[in-house]
Amino acid sequence: MTATRTAGEKLNPITGFFFYVIMIAGAVVSIFPFYWMAVIASRERTAAFRMPPEIVPGTRLIENLERAFQRIDFFQSLWNSLVVAGLTTVSVLFFCSLGGYAFAKFQFPGKKFLFGFVLFTLLVPQQLSVLPVYLIMAKLSWIDSYKALIVPSMVNAFGIFWMRQYIASAVHSELIEAARIDGCSHFRVYWNVAVPIILPAFATLGIFTFLNVWNDFFWPLVVLKNEAKYTIQLALSQLHSIREGVDYGMIMAATLLATLPLMVVFLLFSRWFIAGITTGSIKS
Amino acid sequence: MALTGYLFISPFFLLFAVFGLYPIVFTFYLSFFKWDALGPMKFNGIKNFQFILTDDTFWTSFGNTLLINLMGTVPQLACAMLLAVVLNSALLRMKQAFRVIYFMPNITSIVAVALIFSVLFANEGAATWLVQRFGVEEVSWRAGFWGVKIAIAIMVFWRWLGYNMIIYLAGLQSISPELYEAAKIDGAGARVRFLHITVPLMKPFIFFTVLISTIGGMQLFTEPYVYFSQSGTATTPKPGITMMIYLYSEAFRTNFFGTAAATAVVLFVFTLIFSLLNTYVTNRTGGSGGDQ
Repeated sequence: MTATRTAGEKLNPITGFFFYVIMIAGAVVSIFPFYWMAVIASRERTAAFRMPPEIVPGTRLIENLERAFQRIDFFQSLWNSLVVAGLTTVSVLFFCSLGGYAFAKFQFPGKKFLFGFVLFTLLVPQQLSVLPVYLIMAKLSWIDSYKALIVPSMVNAFGIFWMRQYIASAVHSELIEAARIDGCSHFRVYWNVAVPIILPAFATLGIFTFLNVWNDFFWPLVVLKNEAKYTIQLALSQLHSIREGVDYGMIMAATLLATLPLMVVFLLFSRWFIAGITTGSIKS
Repeated sequence: MALTGYLFISPFFLLFAVFGLYPIVFTFYLSFFKWDALGPMKFNGIKNFQFILTDDTFWTSFGNTLLINLMGTVPQLACAMLLAVVLNSALLRMKQAFRVIYFMPNITSIVAVALIFSVLFANEGAATWLVQRFGVEEVSWRAGFWGVKIAIAIMVFWRWLGYNMIIYLAGLQSISPELYEAAKIDGAGARVRFLHITVPLMKPFIFFTVLISTIGGMQLFTEPYVYFSQSGTATTPKPGITMMIYLYSEAFRTNFFGTAAATAVVLFVFTLIFSLLNTYVTNRTGGSGGDQ
């Protein structure tokens, strides 16, 4: 689906040269802050204020990290994020594919309207529901519980939409009918026939969901009060406290360590992820 | 089959009813009450709205949100389009590598982005050094009216540039090459082809990115919140208070849930207005954009 097409005739060398200049300049802009993070993370704590700025990494990464570990429970919060993002992702994959399967392959009254409704909910901004959802969590005593993070995002409209589109084209109805004639229940057909076929869609939606949950800040900030429960994003933000004097070496070291795993995952799976972004936009 | 169908889609609707529909209705209801989330709710008429709309801090937050988004989004979309056009051209090699590089900022958490740029925009830091090369002596990145907005707008710019470029690229690739071939045979030059084929066919994609940027931008929160290291309206420097920070402070710092709900409603109305304005402008420019 990503076959690149040409938009014009062959370019002359001068235009080509400018094109490379533009692209490389943009790439430098995209990469430089990451590089700068690595530089500051590996230098003494005052390095951020050096003029002219430091541009070569130093050797103090471990020391900086140790100071960060004294301030926040880094690995605990990393684990917390992993648990929350992992459970949410599994749940989203299951319920969204189930819903998408029904919308793609079943006939039932009101289907069109209900699917339209699902898409419509994509347009509702989060801030409109934040306060009552917080109050619900308080009522349920789910404040400081991961349930408050996981349960509201167990299934989402984008996921259902994404799965429906994929299943409609990838899972052939004859396959489903054959399995039905063999006496499989609807759920078994979904599980044994559809799921193995739609694993690529799982990959895309899975990465997308995991990253979103992993990176979320606002909602965890609202419902998590106990530092032992903090996700990695909350823990990182804790480091940036002016009261105790800003230690940028420490902050960047921790940020680097927290960002690196996701970068690696992204570089491994970038094809799936970018495919998800573009499909979402074209259909919307 | 119908029953199973309903069963399979029910989780979404159940969840949306509890954590989507009910809260939205309740937000509108709550916006007419005075409530600290503990005691009894007291009907307050439209006083919450009156309070917000006459509150200087609210209008500051409104202006800040608008300005930061304009500064962070307009140049960003222009750059994203330029990059997408270049990336889509025949000549360029390593397209895949460029796409991945440009997309990296978008997978980085906003907290990490805000922290990295906090360092870049530290007082006496790298950004100060850079502007001094251009003869600008003193910019207060932490408290100045423009300094704060530039810093936050750059965070928005940096994180979303690649995302929007990918979308424009997908749009450009969806345009059939035959259209260009046909126009070329008819003698249309590169500029004519760009204005009369590329621009009109890219309109839905531009509309989409502007809409997403508007809706997301109105909820700007994490960047200024982390940049100013955890604060509400009371402690955030004035140039950095966004509408979402205002809402958050009302609810979770001062426990005025009624005014917070009213803020959410007002914020929603503004989002709606800007989205409709966006639709209107897109349709209008369509008329003069020259469809063949």
